[in-house]
Amino acid sequence: MAFNTLWTQKLKSFFSLIGVLIGVTFLIAVVSIVQGMNVYMEEEFANRLVGLNTFQLRRMSDFNMGNVTEDMWKEWMRRPRINNEDANVVEARLGTPALFSRSCDEQGKVTVGNRSAKGINLNVVDAPYFQIKNYEFASGRPFTAQEARAGAAVAVIGAEVAEKLFPGVNPLGRTATVASLPYRVIGIIQKQGTMFGFSMDKFVIMPYESPARRQACRLAFMDELHVKSPTVAQMTAAVDRTEELMRIRRRLRPNQEDNFAIQTAAGALSGWKQISTVLFAALPGLVAISLVVGGIVIMNIMLMAVSERTREIGIRKALGAKRRDILAQFIIESATISTVGALFGIALGIGLAYLVKALTPLPASVAPWSIGVGVFLGVAVGMIAGVYPASRASRLDPITALRSE
Amino acid sequence: MSDLVIQIVDLTREYQMGEDRVQALKGVSLEIARNEYVAIMGPSGSGKSTMMNMLGCLDTPTSGEYWLNGQEVSRMPDDALARVRNREIGFVFQTFNLLPRASALQNVELPLVYAGVSSRARRDRARAALERVGLGNRMDHKPNELSGGQRQRVAIARALVNEPSILLADEPTGNLDSATSADVMRVFDRLQAQGQTIVVVTHEADIAAHAARVVTLKDGLVASDARQERIQAA
Repeated sequence: MAFNTLWTQKLKSFFSLIGVLIGVTFLIAVVSIVQGMNVYMEEEFANRLVGLNTFQLRRMSDFNMGNVTEDMWKEWMRRPRINNEDANVVEARLGTPALFSRSCDEQGKVTVGNRSAKGINLNVVDAPYFQIKNYEFASGRPFTAQEARAGAAVAVIGAEVAEKLFPGVNPLGRTATVASLPYRVIGIIQKQGTMFGFSMDKFVIMPYESPARRQACRLAFMDELHVKSPTVAQMTAAVDRTEELMRIRRRLRPNQEDNFAIQTAAGALSGWKQISTVLFAALPGLVAISLVVGGIVIMNIMLMAVSERTREIGIRKALGAKRRDILAQFIIESATISTVGALFGIALGIGLAYLVKALTPLPASVAPWSIGVGVFLGVAVGMIAGVYPASRASRLDPITALRSE
Repeated sequence: MSDLVIQIVDLTREYQMGEDRVQALKGVSLEIARNEYVAIMGPSGSGKSTMMNMLGCLDTPTSGEYWLNGQEVSRMPDDALARVRNREIGFVFQTFNLLPRASALQNVELPLVYAGVSSRARRDRARAALERVGLGNRMDHKPNELSGGQRQRVAIARALVNEPSILLADEPTGNLDSATSADVMRVFDRLQAQGQTIVVVTHEADIAAHAARVVTLKDGLVASDARQERIQAA
């Protein structure tokens, strides 16, 4: 019966459910996008950029999602860089098994014949780097410890570099010019895809001791030291030990803060965690506002319905409807409007989430609990909004109601 | 003592109209036995409508007693009155008062909904009631797809579906032409012959002529109460 009435008044019903629709759409879409981001940040971003059970010792963190003030920035720029001796001490005295690789990188140009590619990440590393990054080879091989030690002019390239500079030919064994120096391509890394729209395949990796290092960093200094432990527990211990060793080397007093950064996957996530916390804190307020507005709209529509259908109420009462029958009828009707609104909102929210996923690099995954909350809110808003109109309807005097036109 | 369906003792009803108190009923006493066919007549302002509301348990008296089928209904609270209206009274209104968006069958089912009858039994009983008034082939029609006479017959089916103690009709032919009026009055005659108690409130003498007894109200009092030779519709 409630559905019947709603269907015969389609347009009015549509307008009345739009508030709830918007509120629930918003809820589903925001939760989906934030949840999707969470999954993405945890599974993809942190583990791919930083690596599983891996940390980096750096002058300063390179993922900064929060506010970086000018003072913070100035302090970072005053910090000493990480040098070879730091790396040697950490490596020698870490106390737990681990893989180590120094790393320097720089954006630059790579040339093959008359083709060249700009904005390529030129990266010099030690041999264990490939293991630390968990890189899989599409073809070829990583450079050996001997090649690394000798600073051989060999290079491992990313999939996009291979496509751009060696179209239609096998790059293995061919020469690419990096920083005016010829490097022999010995390996190609499998395609890594994109992250936030940026290609993860525009890199050339060369031995740390090879001549290109001079382009990337100064002698005896590095951008970062990569450390990978076999287990989470060992990594936690290694992080603590590294901090300790560095503080001793830098002669920091207990009240002084670290003047270096140890970057872990968890650490890289903390900035994002803050953002998502803020979003989740603001969400209930925003949803609540649209639901309150939606509830008021529904209440007004229902008041209108009660006055338009006074005669019907009179008829029902004459035929034996009790107060609670009329009350139930109008509350159910109101809850139906609102729930239909919520269902459309859920559909629209999911649609929106998928649209965002399709059109932007932002991932989105619909959280089942948000659908549950959406349905619940729909029913609840409708019922609450229906109480007042329904109680007015139920208190109508049957004689007056029957006489009304 | 005969089997009384309605027993009214010294019933009054006052309304507050602004500053004045208006007495619509000034002490009416009336007894109606089972299977009687009574017409209540009177000019406008005689208290006829108030009497109809009282009989239909839509209103409660200021003083006096109203016994309906053995229950004292004059002091009942709202929900108890709703139950009495549902079980004891079948209304037939001048303007039919069908729900416009519901089919004939749904309209007839409505009193059974409020009686808490299961949906299957509701359907069966509503069908049977519509067949009794000759509308077995119009069950799925909406009121606006039916003629006036057919609408009134749907309303009669609705009034009868819960097997009420009294059928209470308020100007049942007021919106019908004379041919369909005769049609409706024939249905009433037949129902009375089958044992139904009928009370018709009307100001039309030829409608009242169908009743075996005519109660005339005037100025809130019973002016006359006479048995008469019934005219049966042809």
